[in-house]
Amino acid sequence: MTDQTPHSRPPRRFNPAWLGVLPFALFVSMFLIAPTLNIVIGAFQTPDGSFTLANIQGLFTRSIMSSYWISIKISVASAAIGSLVGFLMATAVVLGGLPRGLRAPLMTFSGVASNFAGVPLAFAFLATLGPLGLVTGVLRTEFGINLRAYGFNILSFWGLTITYLFFQIPLMILIITPALDGLKREWREAASCLGATGAQYWRMVALPILFPTIIGTFALLFANAFGAVATAIALTGSSLNIAPIMLFAQIRGDVLGDPQLGYAMAFGMIVITAVANVTYIVLRIRSERWLK
Amino acid sequence: MSFLKLSHLEKSFGASHVVRNFNLEVERGEFISLLGPSGCGKTTVLRMVAGFEKPDVGSISIAGKDVTALGVRRRDIGMVFQAYALFPNLTVAQNVGFGLKVQGTARSEISARVQEMLALIGLPDKADRYPYQLSGGQQQRVALARALAPRPKVLLLDEPLSALDAKIRVSLRNEIREIQKALGITTIFVTHDQEEALSLSDRVVVMHKGVADQIGTPFEVYNAPATRFVAGFVGTLNTLEAEVIDAATGTVALGAQRLVLDRPLPPGPVTLGLRPEMLHMEGGPAYLTGRVMASDFLGSVVRVRVDVAGQILALDQFNSTRRAPPRVGEELRFGLNPSDVLVIAPAG
Ligand SMILES: Nc1ncnc2c1ncn2[C@@H]1O[C@H](COP(=O)(O)OP(=O)(O)OP(=O)(O)O)[C@@H](O)[C@H]1O
Ligand SMILES: [Mg+2]
Repeated sequence: MTDQTPHSRPPRRFNPAWLGVLPFALFVSMFLIAPTLNIVIGAFQTPDGSFTLANIQGLFTRSIMSSYWISIKISVASAAIGSLVGFLMATAVVLGGLPRGLRAPLMTFSGVASNFAGVPLAFAFLATLGPLGLVTGVLRTEFGINLRAYGFNILSFWGLTITYLFFQIPLMILIITPALDGLKREWREAASCLGATGAQYWRMVALPILFPTIIGTFALLFANAFGAVATAIALTGSSLNIAPIMLFAQIRGDVLGDPQLGYAMAFGMIVITAVANVTYIVLRIRSERWLK
Repeated sequence: MSFLKLSHLEKSFGASHVVRNFNLEVERGEFISLLGPSGCGKTTVLRMVAGFEKPDVGSISIAGKDVTALGVRRRDIGMVFQAYALFPNLTVAQNVGFGLKVQGTARSEISARVQEMLALIGLPDKADRYPYQLSGGQQQRVALARALAPRPKVLLLDEPLSALDAKIRVSLRNEIREIQKALGITTIFVTHDQEEALSLSDRVVVMHKGVADQIGTPFEVYNAPATRFVAGFVGTLNTLEAEVIDAATGTVALGAQRLVLDRPLPPGPVTLGLRPEMLHMEGGPAYLTGRVMASDFLGSVVRVRVDVAGQILALDQFNSTRRAPPRVGEELRFGLNPSDVLVIAPAG
């Protein structure tokens, strides 16, 4: 024992456990925080480094606004369809009385597929549903169905949306499954004892409980699609001017060759993605309060 | 004609036969407990009454109507679960009014009934709280109000107190019983706590491996157990292996000691059951002696363990200022009334 007086607090000592998270902190600051700050600062700077709002004003041109708009539309479409289909699939597996053995493979597949993006995903879709793709070919030669004639084109709005669904649906399944597990059997049984139909139970109890999770996950899927630049570029090249591709062009110096405008575009994307992610986090916290 | 009648219920899950030939008749307004160890089929019986499980064989009727094939929604049953079954997204008032709402009751009528139920459970000021803002005991009271609000014919409770701490458990069980009496609602209460079952019920069903071993009042079940299992499960029981040496007078030998039970017994080995509180340190009319192995002063009660002819007996004595607890090692002569001795059927 040291001869400390009873009221003196022990001196604060450095907890070596912090060293363990140091690599992570370094990584995050080098590859996430620093570039983000760089973009935010760059968005408000002239090429010689003085403050300006001109870059932000520059966003409000037709081509850039329309690129944001089409990005938002694709993201909303793929997030909405992904949420709905993923929700229905997860519900069928968790609550629909399907064999329990189905669940593990589905979750494993979802874990893999939700990370399947970028060039490999684009290639996979081009190779199947592209103009010379396998499925396109088989449909045309074996069944006489010409996808082109139906207006389908993988290098289009719907083409990109469908491609995004390949990771959106699994992501929804991964996130919604634990929420569905959180629906207690007692709630459904209590409701039916009290005279509620299955539809009444879903409308009055289950969906309101799941709602924050569903909307929150929708926001997450939106952000996910909105930032999926590599898939988009690999798939469509410059044939579909969504925001990430425009941005890419700015930075490469293709079209307008204005890196400051590129910063402003990236800044706009960060804002939109941040709003979506914050929405997700807030709703997630709300739903967890109920489920404890 | 009994109000709730379960006839010849059988239920298996796969290869395990969970409920066997279960028969029970419950009078209107009666409070019945299903008591038994974990896994004996209590919940399964309750779930068959509610309609969550279909019996493989047998029938269930409520108020003279066969409901065996009726869905859960149409049975008019109120059910309280073990814990956390309130709808977390609804307020207390919305939870309590849920049953009336889905049945299409007018809004003004619902709110009047909700007020009435909240007053009944003593939580009139909690109407706008959410379940997570209530204590466990308050949640269970709301669950009771929710089950009772649509005026069900039968109330089923599946271990509604087991998730609560001891103090609240006792006060809430008495409250449940009072509300049940006030409404006169026919009730089945599942528990594995014998004190709960004995203190609350009009009659107790002691279940063992899917079978109703005994159905009787708490007094009958405790004092005249029908099977060896009931004798051992309900209350504390000393069992003594003895030898009947005179069949006509029912005289048994415990080592060198003799005990006359005053009833005819078949000759040969016999198992005797003695409640600890039936053994007295003074007074007879019959006596046994043994060596004190342990003497625990528990406050109001002194629990003594005595070795009688190689078998250990527990003996409970109320505390008295006029008598010190026996000391370990001393010879103790204690009295009992031969009519209190249970003769237990051989284990089978
Ligand atoms: N749906 C089911 N599928 C398979 N087995 C079941 C099912 N429900 C119950 N069982 C089995 O039936 C037996 C009786 O279960 P039950 O829940 O009725 O017991 P209990 O008396 O309520 O026990 P406890 O005190 O633990 O709640 C147990 O062995 C249980 O594992
Ligand atoms: Mg049970």
